[in-house]
Formats: sequence, structure tokens, C-alpha cells
Amino acid sequence: MRDMWSAIPVRGRVMLLALIALLLAAPLALDRYFISVFVLIFYFAFVGQAWNIMMGFAGQLSLGHALYAGVGGYVAALLWFYFGIGPWVGVFAGVAIAAVFGAMIGWLGFRFGIEGVYFALLTIAFAEFTRIAFDNMAFTGGAGGLFLLYDPHRTHEWWNLRGGPLLFYYLGFALAASAAVLTAWLARSRIGYQWIAVREDQEAALSLGVDVFRAKMIAVLISSSMTAVGGVLLTFYYNNLFPGQAFDIGRSIEIILAPIIGGLGTIFGPIVGAFILTPLGEGLIALTAKFGIDVPGTKAVFYGLTLMVIISLRPDGVWPWLKRLLGLTETKS
Amino acid sequence: MNLAIVLNVVIQGVLTGLVYGLMALGLSVIFGVVRVVNFAHGEFAVVAMYAAYLLFVTLGLDPLISLFPIAAAFFLVGFLLQASLVNRFVGRSEHEQFILLVGLAIIIVNGLLMIFGPDARPTNLPYSFDSYLLGPLFIDKARVYAAIGALVVSAALFAFFRYTTIGTAIRACADNLTGAAVVGLNVKRLYALTFGLGLACVGAAGALMVTIADASPLLAQAFTLLAFTIVIIGGLGSMTGALVAGILIGVSEALASFFLAPSMKSMFSFALLVAVLVLRPQGLMGRRV
Amino acid sequence: MSALLTIDAVSKRFRGLVAVDRLRFDVPEGDIFAVIGPNGAGKTTLFNMIAGVFAPDSGSIAFAGERIDGLPPDRICRRGIGRTFQIVRPFPALSVEDNVIVGALLHRHRVDAARAHSHEVLRRLDLYDKRAQRASSLTLPDRKRLEVARALATDPKLLLLDEVMAGLRPTETDRIVAILQELNRETGLTILLIEHVMRAVMALASRILVLHHGAAIAQGTPEQVVRDRAVIDSYLGAEAVS
Repeated sequence: MRDMWSAIPVRGRVMLLALIALLLAAPLALDRYFISVFVLIFYFAFVGQAWNIMMGFAGQLSLGHALYAGVGGYVAALLWFYFGIGPWVGVFAGVAIAAVFGAMIGWLGFRFGIEGVYFALLTIAFAEFTRIAFDNMAFTGGAGGLFLLYDPHRTHEWWNLRGGPLLFYYLGFALAASAAVLTAWLARSRIGYQWIAVREDQEAALSLGVDVFRAKMIAVLISSSMTAVGGVLLTFYYNNLFPGQAFDIGRSIEIILAPIIGGLGTIFGPIVGAFILTPLGEGLIALTAKFGIDVPGTKAVFYGLTLMVIISLRPDGVWPWLKRLLGLTETKS
Repeated sequence: MNLAIVLNVVIQGVLTGLVYGLMALGLSVIFGVVRVVNFAHGEFAVVAMYAAYLLFVTLGLDPLISLFPIAAAFFLVGFLLQASLVNRFVGRSEHEQFILLVGLAIIIVNGLLMIFGPDARPTNLPYSFDSYLLGPLFIDKARVYAAIGALVVSAALFAFFRYTTIGTAIRACADNLTGAAVVGLNVKRLYALTFGLGLACVGAAGALMVTIADASPLLAQAFTLLAFTIVIIGGLGSMTGALVAGILIGVSEALASFFLAPSMKSMFSFALLVAVLVLRPQGLMGRRV
Repeated sequence: MSALLTIDAVSKRFRGLVAVDRLRFDVPEGDIFAVIGPNGAGKTTLFNMIAGVFAPDSGSIAFAGERIDGLPPDRICRRGIGRTFQIVRPFPALSVEDNVIVGALLHRHRVDAARAHSHEVLRRLDLYDKRAQRASSLTLPDRKRLEVARALATDPKLLLLDEVMAGLRPTETDRIVAILQELNRETGLTILLIEHVMRAVMALASRILVLHHGAAIAQGTPEQVVRDRAVIDSYLGAEAVS
């Protein structure tokens, strides 16, 4: 841990500490609406980091990540709904099942040499298949959805994730921060080097004895597990689940926006991306609502435009550019 | 099970599948030659649907006729899109191309949502509810016309690639890019032409689709996935494969919709996609990569 | 000296073309063994079979007494065979040091141990001073050395070098020759190299195999091979023999 900290230039350490302090204290000054925006920011920073591990480091393009979030959310929700099992326990089941899906997809893809676009389509196929399956399963609530009832007498039960936005704010913050630390640790570990080798040149990696299959499987397992945790958080925050939303490719695309905009393969990329996109998106909605324009799709058009602009002009993402701007590029990150 | 009913369903599937096949043909051409992952494919198809819908509602043009100007317009759009924007991404990493076109797809589909709203818009043609009676079979006239239209456009495309110099030049680019450049082919221009042709197919397919389905932004995603599924099952680089797989998917969707539930019709397609990716990645008729 | 690598009646054809035709030779341990021959003679195909990129159609390849034909490239590397590529393939986004660390991580699970070993290897290859540079910014000679360093970091017993001298100036060639000789002398590393640069071959090799159309047309010491009539006719040319 210590050498990760010392790898950050002094300037950066100050900025980071300031940011952390700010975020920890912020809820004191913010109202409910802004706190809820932050919950979303933390969520996207967290799942974005999960996706970043698989794509930014190991180079495997998954466009069906909503599958893991959805599975995690549904498993934990079903355990709560039918058996009253709290999410702090349910998350383990959710993670386990999501990891099984990840292992299946990984095994099929990596054992059979399905790469690039084809692998992405494989992940989409799995997500879509699951979406339709859940639509048609009665015990999961089907297409009508699953609702975790709001009980005003139980809002203090933080162990069951029953609580106001404040609970989810700090939980989200903790998750996003842990994810960043985990990614930083992985990046400088043996597997991190192997991932980058696989991403850069798989054949060369093989010739150096890297067990490419194992490296990719580890990436997908970590990524899917983390994403499932995010799914549990979101489910207990919104208290509802619809297959058409939970597994939708739109969700998968939402997950990948922050890390791409922020910067793939970097630690702070997903965080920066989430801090840029989510407030702007919400701000856009608030702005258009102010002018009486209530057109569904405005936010999405904005996201689409941002994607196109960033990938054309700054394909490495905003963070590398921001780093230079802030004078933080003495050491590698 | 009544054989006649099943046969009806199958024929329905074949006819719809031919229109799917035309749409997939466009992707086969784009993906197979320019090697760009056009993730906005289905979105363009839906734009064409709305175009045909509008032309019918305002000018009374039958989609079987309006498909020609629509295809021409789409050709132009494709040409310009490739030449100005997409060309910079040829040779860039797959995920960058993907993201560019996903961004475009999001803009298109939500733009449509903003303009037309989420409700499906049916195109009520005079023959929309007519059928041909062939013994025990009831065959929708609209589907027959659409299928014929798809075949005509496909045949034109096949002929173009087979018998014209430009067509051969484009096939050369697909086969051996370096070789093509070395013999002096203007690859950039040919790529633009190819993208234009691909989108023209999509435009035509979209226009035809309006005779059998209602225009809705929600179809876009499904169409994109459908197109990719068909192209992969049929085999990259094989135009015949795209049509054959289109029919196959059309039939399987029709059967799944009939025997299981309409909402489950794509499950079988996805399962087939996974099976093909794992077992026979070159698809039914593709070249071994 | 026992044979470290045994190629036994190995053949490979691609559709109609016979790339390698019932090739048979041994590489003794501690030797520097060169494979030469005109382009298309089957040299890189041979390397690819040894390195596990594809399996021979028939025949067997044995390394340290065990068969390795058909094993995938990563298993082959773990057995102790390192290789370089004819067209160098550095990991462009990584620094020189990190490139070599990837190799060093094969037998070392801790990154700091791998880094220490990488520094040793880089020093040997005269790349230590450039260790922080991005691999994509290196000149060709340095990239070639990086390629060798990376493969070396995996602690191979046998190193396969595929035309590592190509495109280098004579002084650079001599430097690499010296480094390889040093390695062979000090660590007993067995080297199998494909080479066109005869200057390097003559300086390094204790034995040479000449391939033509996939078959061995001569085998022996450099002096023998260079005077062989068939070799002169098919590859070297009369001026090569001074």
C-alpha cells in the first residue's frame, strides 16, 4: 500500500486527500437531490472500475455487463423478498451467481478463441437471453418487475440497506474508493502486468509464458463479481427491478460510458468519467425541465454526442489530459 | 399439430427472413469489406422505416416504390459518413469503432424518440390485411411483396459485385487490402462506396419492413443485434450466407414466437449465435478466417 | 554433450506447399546452432513448430528428453524455450523495463523480484539506461535487444532467435554477437538462431543447418557448410567463399 501512495506525486496526494475530505463532508451541505446524484456518481465510478479492469487492463470487450449487475441485484432481492435474508448476506449469493455467469462467458469465449467484436456479441447475447428469460419467469416478477416494499417502520435498518440517501451515499463512496484502491493494487501486481501484456499483444504474451486463458478468466471473474455488488446496491436503493431495465443493453452501455470518457486502463479514469457524465446528464434533465421541455431521450442524445466527441478527439479519455493539465504526470499511473 | 398452421408460420418466417436478410446483407458488406463494426445498423433501418412511413402518410407513396429514393438517400448518407468520419477509425482498435457507432446509434434512436415518441406507427397500406390463398395456406400479401422487394434489391447487389469493375474492386479490397492498394485502387473511395451500398441495403430493408411491422424506435436495438446475429451465422464475407441465415432466423423466430411466446422469439436466435461463435465461427458459408 | 533439442522427421505442409520436409537434427546442450537458407526455405515454420505456434503434421520434437510438439506457446515457454519474433513485437504501451518484467514474472511471482531480474537482463543487453522509455519510442536496434531481453527474462534453457540481426548496422551486429557469446559462455544458454547475416552466423555458430525447400541440404561446422557445393549454389553464391 505504501508504495502505491508514494507513487503519487505530492501534488496529487494533496488533491486526493482534499477530494476525499470534501466528499466525506459534502452531505452536511447538500440537499437530498444532490446527495442522490452523488449516489449515482459513486455507483458508476464503482461499476465503471469493474468494467475497466476487464477492458482497460485485460482488453476484453464486454457489452453485456448489465447481466452481472442484474443478476446480483435479482439474487439479493429475491433472497430478501422471499426469505427476508438481508443484502449483506445476499450480496455473497449474488456475487457467486454472477461470477458463474462470468465464468461461463469467459470459458466459452476464451477457450474457443472468440475475440474482439465476436466476444462483445457473445456477452450481448447472454445479457439479452437472460433479459428475456427473466421477463418470462413468474417467480422473479416477470416483466412486471420485482418490488422491495418500502416500510416506513424499518428505515433505520442499515444492515438491510433500508435507509435514506445518506446511507447509500457513504456506502457508494466506500465502494468506489475501494474499487480504485483494488484496481491500483492489481495494476502493479503480477496479474496486472500479465493483463496488459494480453491486451497489448496476446501472441507475444503467450511466447513469454503468460497463461493467457487464466489471466482473462481472472479478469472476468473479478469484473463480474464487482459489478454484481454494484447491482445489489442499486437494487436496494431503488427498491425495484425490471428485466427490461436491469439487463438492457442500454444499462450495459451506461456502465461503459464513464471509464471510456474518463480513460481506459487508468485508475482514476472511471472516477473522473463518472464525475463528468452523471452531473452533466442530471443537469441537462434539470435544465430542460426548467424550460418545460420534457422530452425523453434528451439525456441519452447528450451521452451519445459525448461518446462520439471524446472517442474522436480524446480516445485516451479525459483523465490523461486532465493529469497533464494539473501537472501530475511525473510518475506512471 | 396441424401441419397447415406450422407451414403457414414457416412461410411467414421465410418471407420476413428475406427482409431481415437484406438488412443483414448491408452489414455483411460493411463489416466484411470495410471491417467497421457498424453498431448503428438497426438504428439506420428504423430511420428508413420512419422515412417510408412519412412518405406514405404525406405523399401516399407505397413503400415498395419509396424504397428506391430512400435507398438512394441512404447511399449518399453512407458514402458521406464513411468518407468524413468513419474512415478515420478504420484500422483503429475495435472498441473505438464500436464506441463511435454506439454513440451514433444512441443519438439516432433517441432523436427518433424525441421526434416521434415511443408509440409504434403502423403503415396502413391497402393490402396490409390481404392474403393469398394457396390451398390450406394463408400468405400475407404484404409479406410476399416485401420478400420480392428484398430479393430484387439483393439480386441487384449481387449483380453489382459480380459483373461490374467497381464491384470487383471492392471485393479485392475485402480479400487483400495491401494488394488492392498496391495495384492502385483508391481504397478510401471504395470504402465510402461500400458503406454507401451497405446503408442503401439497410434503407431498402427498412422501407420494406414498414409493410410488415410498425415503426418504433424500440426496434432499433433488436435490429442491430439481429443483423449481427445473421451475419455471423451466415458467415462473414458471404453474401449468400447473409440471405440464407436471414431466412433461417426468420423461420426460427416465427416458430419460437408461435410455439413459445412472441417475447421469446429472439432467445433461440441468441442461442444459435452463441453456438455458431463457439462451434463454427466462420458461420454456415463464410470463409475460414 | 547431450542433445537438448531433438527434431525427428518433422514435416509441415500448408495446403499444397510442403514447408518442412522430414527434417532431422539435434541441438546439443550449450551449443549455438544456426539455421540458414534462402527465403521460403521453411526456417520460420520450423521455429513456429518448436515454439508451439502450430504442431507439425508428422514427426516429433523433443526438448530435455520430453516431447513438446503440439504444446501451446505458453507451455513451451514454461518448459524453458524462449523465442523472439522476426518482426519485433514489443508491448507498445509499456516501458522497456515493464516489457522485460512481463517475461521475468514467469518464474518470479513478486513484482519487485521480477524488476530486479529485469534490471540484470537489461544491463546485459545495454538497455538499462533506457529502461523508463516507452517501448514504442525505441529505435529498431534497441527494439531487437528488448525482444531478446524479454525472452531472456523468462530464464530459458534454449533461446530461439529469429533473424535478430536483420536491419542492424555491422557495429550493432557485432555488439549483439558479443552479448550472445557472453551469455552462452557464462550461463551455458543454448541458442538456436535463424539468420541471413553470415557475418553473425560465422562468428557465433558452432554448427549450421542449411535448409532449402523445407529440407536439410547440408549440416556441419561453419567451415564445412560454407564450402559445400549445394549450399553455394542454392544460397551463398561463389563470392561468399573467400
